[in-house]
Amino acid sequence: MNNTLLQVENLKKWFPVGGGLLKAPTRYVKAVDGVSFTVKSGETFGIVGESGCGKSTLGRTILRLLEPTEGKIIFSGIDIAHLKRKDLQKLRRDLQMIFQDPYASLNSRMKVGKIIEEPLIIHGIGNEKERKKKVEELLEIVGLNKESGQKYPHEFSGGQRQRIGIARALILNPKLIVCDEPVSALDVSIQSQILNLLKELQEKFRLTYIFISHDLSVVHYISDRVAVMYLGRIVELADKEKIFSNPLHPYTKALLSAIPLPQVEKKKERIILEGDVPSPVDPPSGCHFRTRCRFADEKCVSKVPILREIEPGHRVACHKQF
Amino acid sequence: MHINYVRGFKENRLGRLGIIFLALILSIAFLAPVLTAYSPRQVSENIFQPPSQKHWLGTNDLGQDIWSRVIFGARTSFITALSVGILTVTLAVFIGCSAALLRGIYERFVLRLIDIFLIIPNILLLLLTAAYLRPGPVTMVIVLSIFNWPGCARIIRAQTLTLQEKSHIKAAKTFGAGTFYILVKHIIPDLGPILASSFIAHARRAVFMEAGLAFLGISDPLLISWGTIINRALQYSYLNNWYWLLPPALGLSLTVMAFSFLGYTLEEILNPRLKVGKNAGD
Repeated sequence: MNNTLLQVENLKKWFPVGGGLLKAPTRYVKAVDGVSFTVKSGETFGIVGESGCGKSTLGRTILRLLEPTEGKIIFSGIDIAHLKRKDLQKLRRDLQMIFQDPYASLNSRMKVGKIIEEPLIIHGIGNEKERKKKVEELLEIVGLNKESGQKYPHEFSGGQRQRIGIARALILNPKLIVCDEPVSALDVSIQSQILNLLKELQEKFRLTYIFISHDLSVVHYISDRVAVMYLGRIVELADKEKIFSNPLHPYTKALLSAIPLPQVEKKKERIILEGDVPSPVDPPSGCHFRTRCRFADEKCVSKVPILREIEPGHRVACHKQF
Repeated sequence: MHINYVRGFKENRLGRLGIIFLALILSIAFLAPVLTAYSPRQVSENIFQPPSQKHWLGTNDLGQDIWSRVIFGARTSFITALSVGILTVTLAVFIGCSAALLRGIYERFVLRLIDIFLIIPNILLLLLTAAYLRPGPVTMVIVLSIFNWPGCARIIRAQTLTLQEKSHIKAAKTFGAGTFYILVKHIIPDLGPILASSFIAHARRAVFMEAGLAFLGISDPLLISWGTIINRALQYSYLNNWYWLLPPALGLSLTVMAFSFLGYTLEEILNPRLKVGKNAGD
């Protein structure tokens, strides 16, 4: 497809556990265990899942903040999964990230102007005057005044800090931005402001987002397509409308039934999952979800379900017939 | 984290005392040539003189003026303290940070090396090395620094590892910052407090060690050091020469105390939980 910006194929990120000075690690935490999806140019691709399912690791691995164990990350035609540092440098401009914690992601010893300018300095773009101008421009785009550049991060509120983080991510004119829970650390009233800002910026600069969140309503609001992750694998992937109106995978159903509704009188079926998420060091054989699934049978124990297409654009990893 | 060092030191009694001591000894060391009419090396026939108008602390076995030897001794002490402090911390930053940033087999090697240095009794090794190398102020500074860096390097490595996990450093990586850039712009500024306290700790240690080596007679015999003066005075202690023995001992104690107090205060400023009684509850 022509408008595919990012294609992830069978991506794995395993963290070694144990092992010593001379002993090789014997076990691995399979944080991301064979994930494949494509992101189209200009869309917002949401990734949801409970904490520990590997969604943040996935985001970081795509940006090569973590070295992938296996698989391909094809970004605008180039496989960046095993690209050398030097060659990666140019592509870094197109790939940016917005972090979860707006307090920790800004260096508290630097002035805001310097923080936003930093990517330009690293890539050696423009002279000092041009850079200053660009910083002021971006401050205004994200809704802060020009004078903010002279202040330190601690002088701002959480929402304002996240705006600074967004300005920094935008300054290199990236194509793809990985948003790693960008609003989960913010007050509910501020969340919508930031989400709207992200939407506005997407239109203005034709950005593509990978939006990682555990908050289903946030994902519903901002995403075009949604992938649901469980224990390092994608269990369901579909257009937003389809996944929210017609969830097929038992896990997605359980997850969606947990969204609180504002209407008190409206009763709905609440699916309560039993047990805990199994350890990613020693995940269940076959389908990872089988230990908590109501429909699990022998096939689920022996065979890993593949992500199969049920209807155009709607893919589910489950042995069940729909 | 924004730390107001000036206020911290002003509010802390030990801190004020430390600064006063340090200022006192520093000014004596700095003004040494003005404070005495005698050269500390000048030998005369007036040996073993008790304190008098002419010689405030009397003279020693070679007829040298003890007061001028004591105040010039402060110079040696300070120069050693500063250079050992700087060299130790620089070495520790270089080795500690590089271990944390490069990881792999290099890090393992560095850690084992640090372990080895920490296990072997420092003083023993120091004595042997100092005895075998040609004595001199520069050699001493280098030897002292080489035996002091491991502890400091280990702390710095640990702190660098922690800092690397901070998301502002991750952010710098996403826009392609190199290891060296991250080290200089993001890690070293954050290490500031640790570097300051390590510097003071090692300066203190160096004052003590330098005097100790001089006392044992394994540093440059020509160097005017408090340790040498004490050593000499003890040889003639049957003369009841308190005026000879006490002043360098006092100077040594004051200097070590000054550094200790500064160290305590710094620790308290950086770690407010240590403040007992004050601001209890928060």
